[in-house]
Amino acid sequence: MSLRAALFDAALEVFDQKPWPRIRVDEETWIRAIFGLHAGDVILTALWGEPGHVHMGLIEEETGEVLVLSLACPDGRFPSVGVTHAPALRLERTLREMVGLVPDGCPDDRPWLDHSRWGLRHPLGAAEPAPAEGAPYAFLSAEGPPMHQIPVGPVHAGIIEPGHFRFTANGETVIRLEERLGWVHKGIEGLMIGADLDRAAALAARVSGDSTVAWSLAFARAVEAAVGIAVPKRAHWLRALMAEMERVANHLGDVGAVCNDAAFSQMLNRCGQLRERVLRAADVAFGHRLMMDRVVPGGTGVDLVDPRPIAETATAVREGFRPLIHLYDNTVSLLDRTVTTGRLDPALARRWGAGGHVGRACGRRFDSRRLPGYPPYDVLRFDVPVRETGDVDARVWVRILEIGESLKLIEQILAGLPAGPHRVEVDAAGAAGREGVAMTEAFRGDSFIWLRLDAEGRIARAHFRDASVFQWPLLEAAIAHNIVADFPLLNKSFNCSYSGHDL
Amino acid sequence: MPKFLIESLLRRPVTEKAPVPDEAALAELGRRLDALAHRRLGRSLAIREVDAGSCNGCELEIHALNNAYYDLERFGLRFVASPRHADVLMITGPVTANMREALERTHAATPDPKWVVAVGDCAFDGGLFAGSYAVVGGVDAVIPVDLHIKGCPPSPRALLEGLVALVEKSA
Repeated sequence: MSLRAALFDAALEVFDQKPWPRIRVDEETWIRAIFGLHAGDVILTALWGEPGHVHMGLIEEETGEVLVLSLACPDGRFPSVGVTHAPALRLERTLREMVGLVPDGCPDDRPWLDHSRWGLRHPLGAAEPAPAEGAPYAFLSAEGPPMHQIPVGPVHAGIIEPGHFRFTANGETVIRLEERLGWVHKGIEGLMIGADLDRAAALAARVSGDSTVAWSLAFARAVEAAVGIAVPKRAHWLRALMAEMERVANHLGDVGAVCNDAAFSQMLNRCGQLRERVLRAADVAFGHRLMMDRVVPGGTGVDLVDPRPIAETATAVREGFRPLIHLYDNTVSLLDRTVTTGRLDPALARRWGAGGHVGRACGRRFDSRRLPGYPPYDVLRFDVPVRETGDVDARVWVRILEIGESLKLIEQILAGLPAGPHRVEVDAAGAAGREGVAMTEAFRGDSFIWLRLDAEGRIARAHFRDASVFQWPLLEAAIAHNIVADFPLLNKSFNCSYSGHDL
Repeated sequence: MPKFLIESLLRRPVTEKAPVPDEAALAELGRRLDALAHRRLGRSLAIREVDAGSCNGCELEIHALNNAYYDLERFGLRFVASPRHADVLMITGPVTANMREALERTHAATPDPKWVVAVGDCAFDGGLFAGSYAVVGGVDAVIPVDLHIKGCPPSPRALLEGLVALVEKSA
């Protein structure tokens, strides 16, 4: 019997959560799941909480089956997952400061998103006033005479999001990188509480602007699962069309940017032009360059009237990108900077359940379009490119190949787009207490969402987990023993979201 | 590579015609820019971008200003890596409580004369995130703003119209 099935058998109560179950377990079963994570039988996909309860989302990699365990914490404590399973550490630090639940045995008692600036503590639990003057933060040490520290951020040199990186270097070689995040924490999960579906959808669309389609889709699918409605076939296909255009645009931007960080600006320039064409096609077809707020519960906010601009753009991008692939692959000075740089250990990628190009550049085949899977990908043909070397080059290659796969998907969607309505009405009234979960594949990996509806059809509670949550710690591991000057390439090859992480 | 270079020499640039400066932006700026600052800075402005809490949507469109279609630098505008080198701070996002001090310090590190451009609906008044425990509000809740460019996110075209108005007024 698989661990997932065994855990399910130990359920004390099964909650009304769709499409995957949520069960209440006792402490013994909770600890059994922790051992299962440690053994690699299941992957941790989320860890979050609400007053009195902590929730653990698990996914079985081979089947894509998801299970959510909930443990009651009457005395405000729960057995730490992070003490044996390091990927849970930052999630537990977040849980402790947001909800006020204490992970018993968690080896890291430092705050994470809470910089002592909010004027309150435990905003998602029993909030109480707290000082807002800020507090010093104890970075991990790396000591010895030749060591020096390089602090970077939160305001960075480029046009990017804010975060703080603390490098400890020995000459040019990075010995340790420690990230400090949370700067763009906007309190999204707090704002979701009591939000009606329109407002909640708008917030979900702004979890991470570059993945607005993927997050809107995750939100819509979770709401639809909770309410129990099926959306029209055309809506599934239009959503996938937007999601693939978003993927192409982001990968084009990042492939160009990685090369630019090796001072090879030609690639940035050319990729930037192709990216611009995709965004313009999105604007013409859907009325917004980033397709923000175009995927909504019940279907899509707009219908596709004329597919030709997208079809022409797909052809132009394929033809324009082909010589760029050749250029990347034949410029030795560029490859010198990307090949073997920033190697991520495949064992770490698996342990952290790294999604997207970060995982797939390390031989991990996970892609949530395949497993758990969602329409219309079950009837479309596409490959999930995988590389084994785990370096910057492998991540660039996975992205290059994914651009090709997404263009193939776009063409299939345009050729087979079903007729009919693109939206149905969603009536969430009467769905009180029902819960929905969803996982969608953003360009950087799987986006996981959980939500519960209240009696008025509003959001009672929601949790977002961006792929970046498990990719950020891996960036720290991948830069070790590389030179400081290679960090920009490595960072861009990951391109983790700050906003999606900080929420 | 040589093929690309030859092609670049022979092909017409993809860069598009300059936009007309935005009327509303000209009006907003007209009240704020003084003649002395105009003389000092001429027609060249260095911009430091600061994300004070955005979802990253505005950053994507600001980035697009550098692509060949918009080619921001032809207007004498360029992005710089440090506030010490900047004449203009371009701020996005609702200002989060966690970013407030970093924004204040970046503003203080920018030499006078300087202008602040608030980009996006969130930077205007906190947008969708207004009222959150973690959000201070729009940019002018923290530092004085000279120009607002609204939109969610504003298109590169809209950004360009606002920035060209800034150069017009500061020239």
